[in-house]
Amino acid sequence: MEFFAEYFRDLYDTTGWNFVIFYEQYEYDRFLEGMWVSIKLIFASLLFSLVVGFIGAWAQGAKSRILRYGIAGYIQLFRNTPPFVQILFFYFVLGNLTPSYDAGGYQVGYIESFGWAVISLGFFAGAFNVEIFRSGIEAVPESTREAAEALGYSRLMSYIHVIFPLAFRVCLPALNNNLVNLLKTTTLAYGIAVPEMMYTANQIWSDNVNVSEMMIVLFIFYVGLVAVLVYGMHKWEKKMKIPGYG
Amino acid sequence: MKQSIKSLVHTALCAIVLASFALTATQANAANDRFMKVMERGKLVVGVKADYKPWGYRDSNGKLVGMEIDMAQDVADALGVKLELVPVQSSNRMQFLQQGKIDLMIATMSDRSDRRKIVGIPEPNYYTSGTNLLAKKGLIKQWSDLKGKPVCGKQGAFYNKIVAKRYGAKVVAFVNNAESKQALRDGKCVGWVYDDSSIGSDLASGQWEGYEMPLNSEDDNPWGLAVPLDEMNGIWGNLMAGMQYRWLISGRLMELEKKWGIQPTAFLQTQAEKLTPARKHLK
Repeated sequence: MEFFAEYFRDLYDTTGWNFVIFYEQYEYDRFLEGMWVSIKLIFASLLFSLVVGFIGAWAQGAKSRILRYGIAGYIQLFRNTPPFVQILFFYFVLGNLTPSYDAGGYQVGYIESFGWAVISLGFFAGAFNVEIFRSGIEAVPESTREAAEALGYSRLMSYIHVIFPLAFRVCLPALNNNLVNLLKTTTLAYGIAVPEMMYTANQIWSDNVNVSEMMIVLFIFYVGLVAVLVYGMHKWEKKMKIPGYG
Repeated sequence: MKQSIKSLVHTALCAIVLASFALTATQANAANDRFMKVMERGKLVVGVKADYKPWGYRDSNGKLVGMEIDMAQDVADALGVKLELVPVQSSNRMQFLQQGKIDLMIATMSDRSDRRKIVGIPEPNYYTSGTNLLAKKGLIKQWSDLKGKPVCGKQGAFYNKIVAKRYGAKVVAFVNNAESKQALRDGKCVGWVYDDSSIGSDLASGQWEGYEMPLNSEDDNPWGLAVPLDEMNGIWGNLMAGMQYRWLISGRLMELEKKWGIQPTAFLQTQAEKLTPARKHLK
């Protein structure tokens, strides 16, 4: 570790390339914290968007007209507005309308900036996920649906046990795309001061005037994360493959 | 597979090498280029703030105005060229200059040693400010009250780190001042940490009823305008040193301070006294 730090300090002295995060404790801690927040943010919003997609796709085929129109309205609203606007809207508008308590001169909301980022990003990607899942559901043959019905499955049960598992396999590649997109969109959370990677890198390069170096680090970080996600999704895709289907 | 990884690494390395070549190439440009270029094109491009009232901001027509814009105009007038203004941010202003997108930067920048490695900052410094806090009346009495509490700030300001390190405040930094001030009004933080001079003019604007600047300013730091580093010792750096000298001794900056409703600072007075030549030999 000491050698590692020494190397980067030396690199700065000799070449001017200032990777301060690798040799100064304070910046290193900040960097790790930013990385950790980013990973938590990505994980939480991915999960949330999947749940939204799953429920939304079911509601799209519901008998209730209100539910169907409601979900169509939600998709239009979230697909047709920029994600950055949504994040700012959630934080600055809804954030002030939701309950909070006084913590000695300042208000602490029950949902903080991190929470709002997860909610708005989850809803944003969720709107796309609903449509992606729908494409999968529509690919499930009518005969399979009828067969499930003939076996005595209720609508909800056949959705959970028969239709969704098949639909999911069909739409995985498209879902993959959307999740990669969501991962990259999480950087927008810097706009509402969520101390994630982008925010932290910005603060570090402002304090140390090492913009190019931090840009490189940022670049590598996201390339790495996306690679991990895509690798995992491909593995999953392979594992779930049903011989003779899809 | 192995082959493709190898070629990927190879491409990445090439890119880095090329990038570093490009970097050194721009740094090696001869001095005085800037001056020649400005005179040739008959236009001076200055990077200024667009969100820092009253130094550089947009008026109700969307036009950039302010004390530093007037200073930029002075420079253009002295050269006899037209002026073009480019709005810059605290977090990217030095890169604008480095990449040659602007000729000169007058953007409320604190003159710090790490910045002098990146851009040329000719003396004498034209202004100064310290760090202070805008907070609800009676809430904060001393800096140590900030410990563990959220304090709003602006991304890119150097004192974010200082306040966090020295007083243990949790700095919540937004992209623009408008957002951080909104967060303060919403009560999302106990105060907004910023330049005392800017907070002073905010309070004077009458939009902050019930708020105050309760602390003793810290880290008083002179401001510097900036020229490209390699132009520092050529015509360009010397021209700007001369401009600043004349601004200070002629009382022009005090005049501008008054024009833009900025609280008069002792700094300009003492600088003027210090720099004014005795001229006894002329009598």
